[in-house]
Amino acid sequence: MTYTADEMMTVSAARALRDGMTCFVGIGLPSSAANLARATHAPSLVLIYESGTIGAKPDRLPLSIGDGMLAETADAVVSVPEIFNYWLQPGRIDVGFLGAAQIDKFGNINTTVIGGDYGSPKVRLPGAGGAPEIAASCREVIVVVRQNHRSFVERVDFVTSVGYGSGRGDRERLGLTGAGPKKIITDLGVLEPDPETLEFTLTGLYPGVPVSAAKERTGWDLSIAADPEIIAAPTPAELDALRSFKHGAVSRAREQGATTNDHR
Amino acid sequence: MAEIVSLAEAVERAIHDGDAVAMEGFTHLIPFAAGQEVIRQRRRDLTLIRMTPDLIYDQLIGAGCARKLIFSWGGNPGVGSLHRFRDAVEHSWPVPLEIEEHSHAGMANRYVAGASGIPFAVLRGYNGTDLYRLETLNGDSGPVPTIRPISCPFTGETLTAVSALRPDVAVIHAQRADRTGNVQLWGITGVQKEAVLASARSVVTVEEIVDELDPRPGAVVLPGWTVTFVARARGGAHPSYALGYSIRDNDYYVAWDAIARDRETFTRWLDEQVYAGRS
Repeated sequence: MTYTADEMMTVSAARALRDGMTCFVGIGLPSSAANLARATHAPSLVLIYESGTIGAKPDRLPLSIGDGMLAETADAVVSVPEIFNYWLQPGRIDVGFLGAAQIDKFGNINTTVIGGDYGSPKVRLPGAGGAPEIAASCREVIVVVRQNHRSFVERVDFVTSVGYGSGRGDRERLGLTGAGPKKIITDLGVLEPDPETLEFTLTGLYPGVPVSAAKERTGWDLSIAADPEIIAAPTPAELDALRSFKHGAVSRAREQGATTNDHR
Repeated sequence: MAEIVSLAEAVERAIHDGDAVAMEGFTHLIPFAAGQEVIRQRRRDLTLIRMTPDLIYDQLIGAGCARKLIFSWGGNPGVGSLHRFRDAVEHSWPVPLEIEEHSHAGMANRYVAGASGIPFAVLRGYNGTDLYRLETLNGDSGPVPTIRPISCPFTGETLTAVSALRPDVAVIHAQRADRTGNVQLWGITGVQKEAVLASARSVVTVEEIVDELDPRPGAVVLPGWTVTFVARARGGAHPSYALGYSIRDNDYYVAWDAIARDRETFTRWLDEQVYAGRS
């Protein structure tokens, strides 16, 4: 079966989740991956969305974190102050699944501004959302992001969410309770922190992706693990599950458009 | 006791030029009809407060209603950027927009402090982020006036204090109210209760007004004496979700990207869809 780079990335991210984990999920690629994991190898994965839905079991990809399907299928629905204060802050959640506009070699994430200065940026991004506290307080973090020169930078323009700061010891010094980013999963392969320096290093590549491509599409001098793993291609079962979600989401969007327009 | 009035009257009496206005609804029950009524009544110099400024704030900002935005995530959920918001920040169109930004946890706690009647809330957050020290609009780098480190009086641990939000007006959309103005909302209830209790006044639009509010699991009830105005606005959350009444009109969110991308297209949309309409 042929597959796209985004499908490979989503499958790779899904495989990083183990059955029974509790997972704080952002919308977009992280949500696709978490739902794919639940549909395949991790049926008991507990999905937690920042809209306050705990243990949501959507049968299609939600269009946003406000999707009523998340509330209707959840084990519990709590308010927004509660999801952050009672559930995320104390470190109850195993893994936080984040996206990024820019990420640096220590896994710090920028989703705020790019270029110029803060007051008059070249690009104004959406901002922090729940990410700073997800990055601080989940037991560990996995980042899912497409890899290119603009997104993979030596130093982010703005630290919205802290990875390892400027290196070893920074998380402890800052009082961040979670362990920090354990993987960056891209459309080329997987990066993991060097055990000594905590600088992100290429440890895995998808089939057919050369090391040179990963180096070219990284804005810092990327270190390569001694023997990078070649990550298995998506199985037909993984691709089927992923594609059935996507089609479900599309047909649902059409139905929704029709239904709500009737009320106008 | 809440007064039950038309949406136009509620907006006219509750929201004035220069007010700090919090329109809440965490991607569900977004008060679109009320927001568009504010545009129609051409309010100016508002400080708009909202955790997730999405299309409704893009519309208000593009229409020139806002002087300042206090927020934690500004985007078109599941689609992309808010082009009117970006144009205001990047190019000061149609007027300059001052921004004050937080994380979701920070904003949620600021509402909790406001609702609790205390000057600040405490959380573990912001450490190591640039949100703690922002360059201000005139280029000075300095601490953010609404975020401060605080030492725990019991353990000595350093935590983060965020100042309370005390809006002049909260605006929310709920599923139902009864004839005495008791309000009931359910599903994803976000931060609406805190926003209403933190604010001096409130406007609640509802899908329907009923004789009696039968209990719903997990519902938030705001007693009528905590609410200033209730207005019936069937479909008032469209194009967002109103659980039990309507689901997201995703085509609208997708179409908004092209409308908002261009100043002329947006201005035409405003004339045809908002100014020409009646509430």
